[in-house]
Amino acid sequence: MDLRILREEHGVRALVEEVRAEIGTIGREVQIMEVCGTHTMTAYRSGLGLLLRKIGMRLISGPGCPVCVTPDGIIAAAARLVQERPGVILASFGDMLRVPASDCAIMKLVPAEGSSVHVIYSPEEVVEVAKANPQKEVVFLAAGFETTVPGIGWVVRTCLREGIRNVSLIPAMKIVPPPLKAILDAGDLRLDGFIYPGHVSVIIGSEAYRFVAEQYGVPGAVAGFEPADLLFGILSVLRQIREGRADVEIAYRRAVKPEGNGLAKRLMEDVFTVGDAEWRGFGTIPQSGLYPPEALCALSRFGIKADSGWETNGCRCGEVVRGIAEPEDCGLFGKGCTPERPLGPCMVSYEGSCLIHFKYGKELPL
Amino acid sequence: MKRVDLSIGSGGKSMRDFIEGVVLKHLGNHTLNGLQDSAILSTRGTIAFTTDSFVIHPLFFPGGDIGTLCIAGTVNDLIVCGARPLYVSLALILEEGFGMDDLDRVLTSVKDTADSAGVEVVTGDTKVVRKGEADGLYINTAGIGEVVRRDDGREIREGDAVIVTGSPGDHGVAVMVARNEFALEGNVCSDCAPLVSLLPLWGMEGVKWMRDITRGGLATVICEFAEEMGCTVLLEEALVPFSPPVRCVAEILGIEPLYLPSEGKAVVVASPDAADVVLDYLRGPGGCPEASAIGVVRPKRVEASAILKTVSGGYRVLESLTGELLPRIC
Repeated sequence: MDLRILREEHGVRALVEEVRAEIGTIGREVQIMEVCGTHTMTAYRSGLGLLLRKIGMRLISGPGCPVCVTPDGIIAAAARLVQERPGVILASFGDMLRVPASDCAIMKLVPAEGSSVHVIYSPEEVVEVAKANPQKEVVFLAAGFETTVPGIGWVVRTCLREGIRNVSLIPAMKIVPPPLKAILDAGDLRLDGFIYPGHVSVIIGSEAYRFVAEQYGVPGAVAGFEPADLLFGILSVLRQIREGRADVEIAYRRAVKPEGNGLAKRLMEDVFTVGDAEWRGFGTIPQSGLYPPEALCALSRFGIKADSGWETNGCRCGEVVRGIAEPEDCGLFGKGCTPERPLGPCMVSYEGSCLIHFKYGKELPL
Repeated sequence: MKRVDLSIGSGGKSMRDFIEGVVLKHLGNHTLNGLQDSAILSTRGTIAFTTDSFVIHPLFFPGGDIGTLCIAGTVNDLIVCGARPLYVSLALILEEGFGMDDLDRVLTSVKDTADSAGVEVVTGDTKVVRKGEADGLYINTAGIGEVVRRDDGREIREGDAVIVTGSPGDHGVAVMVARNEFALEGNVCSDCAPLVSLLPLWGMEGVKWMRDITRGGLATVICEFAEEMGCTVLLEEALVPFSPPVRCVAEILGIEPLYLPSEGKAVVVASPDAADVVLDYLRGPGGCPEASAIGVVRPKRVEASAILKTVSGGYRVLESLTGELLPRIC
């Protein structure tokens, strides 16, 4: 399938006109939260974010950036481990390693003798690194949502099955529905609807968000990541608003099913335990984190703790991930905090609202 | 296999043997053969002078190697400034243990590329550092050219056409594939080549500005142009002639192809009247059919040096590359 058709001007323009007409009928500004950072990227990189704002539709970025919601305590614990303990290879995704923590970003610190930091692109590399370095302890700072978690689950299962003993995880894995509940319960944000993440929903299925429609009466749709995909999702939500109903619709049928991917879900259930987890900006959200078996937990293996609490003075990433502040509302945005010298995680990650707004979100009064 | 050892850079007899047996074998010419401390050269009129260092990893990639790259990079810097390249220097910094076969390959590329660009290597230097103190081979060059461009009629005006001489980003993708970091496979070639065919443009009326696309990619060149000239460029994403492999790799890795480096493509700015003539020439025999007009010069706006009209029809600010997209690409 040639996906380019989903981003070409002709079709996108027609969809934008439909959005304009729907908003006209609704008769007021509409606020929709796009949960996933990649949707934020789609909107702003294509220029749609600014276009939609002009026609009365505000997209509010949600908590769907794993790097952004990982609390400082976890990053600081990983930093201390590789700084103080010899013979450790700390592995994680590039963005994770660039987040400024209480001491400094992991990428910039000096590891202990015989220790190092290793950037991975895919979780399976952790197993390769462990096999290539049997005399070292490979510690995987494992952050991610349901999109990444099955891959991390494969690492855990492989280590257990093959008896690979030099791998452990610093758990920073999270599941998407609980923070949506937290946002709705807090009630400090007027939301007319949700655009649910595309790739997370491939795994968990659209029915995972049913409670949003049924218990809170808020419409929503799962969308894909091309500009037209996003507009199809927005249109689905707008139609629900106009018709006065709340449902969970799929505007990304080429990838998402209501029930999700059974195989991946079973792997996650087999390998991980659900428990409370700390999120940057939210504090502790009940039953929102995933934890590996005790034997593979780096925190217990090395007797370290993930304290919480630290944030750069003035950094409003915590409010940005909850949707109650725009990046531009932060006093540091574009001044002290830029992609070259980020002070908060939302300016580090390619799914972070601050980075996306900084790079693509400048107003253009054309 | 013969390997480079520390004595080659010692200044003694092994160095002499190396220069005569390896360097002169490939690059020998009237000036270089004299092995004087300086090359004595003659030029006419004003000269352009440039220098560059090459630390690329890997040294060999589809479509070229560090030898092709160091000559192409140096002469291209002269050409885009309106100078006909004449002479280059070549300083090799070798890591102890580097294979002589590989060095032969690199020097063959240097010779072939220099011939195709019409330049001579007229002076050089060799140093060897201990194993582990460098990554195989680094090269430093300098280049001298005589200025041939006219200086009149080069004022940038609203409506001037911004032209790209071919598909941008091929070098970046070729090097990424060669590094095998992302387990990507493909038959994409670097565009690494001397841009001598652009020299005649400097004799055409209405040709105003030129720069080769290197690190930072097309977007960075456009932004630099606009900042230098105090204007704003409106760029149309749909008109940029990316090759299919560049599009695919950028898509898979989530990289913006507008920031991918090239080593044999340039941006040319010309008056609206001259644009068609320039494009006809660029697309002509031996040229690049993908050469395209991709943007226009607009009056300076405070918010942006460059504005991108996206494929989807939205508009956004386009900025120079921040940070590093790919390290050691040239």
